Amino acid sequence: MDAVLFLVFAAIAVACGISVVVQRHPITSAISLIGVMGALAVLYLLLGAEFLAAVQVVVYAGAIMVLFIFVIMLLNAGVEPPGGRSWPVRLLGLPMLVILVGLLSFVIRRVFAGGEEVRFGAFTKGGPREIGRLLFTDYLLPFEVTSVLILVAILGAVVLARKEID
Amino acid sequence: MDSVPLSWYLILSAVLFALGVAGFLFRRNLITIFMSIELMLNAVNLSFIAFAYKLNQVDGQIFAFFVMVVAAAEAAVGLAIILTVFKSRPSLAVDEVNTLKY
Repeated sequence: MDAVLFLVFAAIAVACGISVVVQRHPITSAISLIGVMGALAVLYLLLGAEFLAAVQVVVYAGAIMVLFIFVIMLLNAGVEPPGGRSWPVRLLGLPMLVILVGLLSFVIRRVFAGGEEVRFGAFTKGGPREIGRLLFTDYLLPFEVTSVLILVAILGAVVLARKEID
Repeated sequence: MDSVPLSWYLILSAVLFALGVAGFLFRRNLITIFMSIELMLNAVNLSFIAFAYKLNQVDGQIFAFFVMVVAAAEAAVGLAIILTVFKSRPSLAVDEVNTLKY
């Protein structure tokens, strides 16, 4: 059952990921990206990360993608005109990518040849209680620094996107 | 059938990351390039959570959580920059945003 769920949602994630890259219209890419994020949320659940699966759906697929779609609509972005990057990118890009994936897969297969198995329900520490406890004890300083980061991001977004008032 | 090798998760993560790299390199639309970056961040998050499972520690999930927070901040600032770029020229093609080169 685990393997079936993994294969189904991994296939959805990869298909939607390819769709993100090849679609010519930004809205289609954005909706495909939501598909990737939804599929990944299910995989997080399989890995025992319940809290992060919820955060993935609420923050990523919810908030961030709404922001993306909002900006695409606002700019009225249309279909990308044909004609890609310069010829070295077009010529070497795909072989290089295949080599990248091949090398990564090779290393992963070698390092994890010991047959590490993922079983649904074996990892029980992914709930909000454990995450919250660690976040407010061991990771308190990064957590507080993050709040400053978000404050700076809000200010930056407001300053960049505001209307010039003479 | 009730268990999956850990390496499958990591290979899926590598494939998604490579797709993000492909989008970043091949596409010319600013927004699509930005979405490719989000795809890469998601792939890395999957790795973090898979390793959290392997080491039986929550720390990896905390890292993924921080990546999400940084991605949210990055999306807000990046989209504001795209809005500003679009104000000065009515096109989203990255090739036309090259004033800094000269």
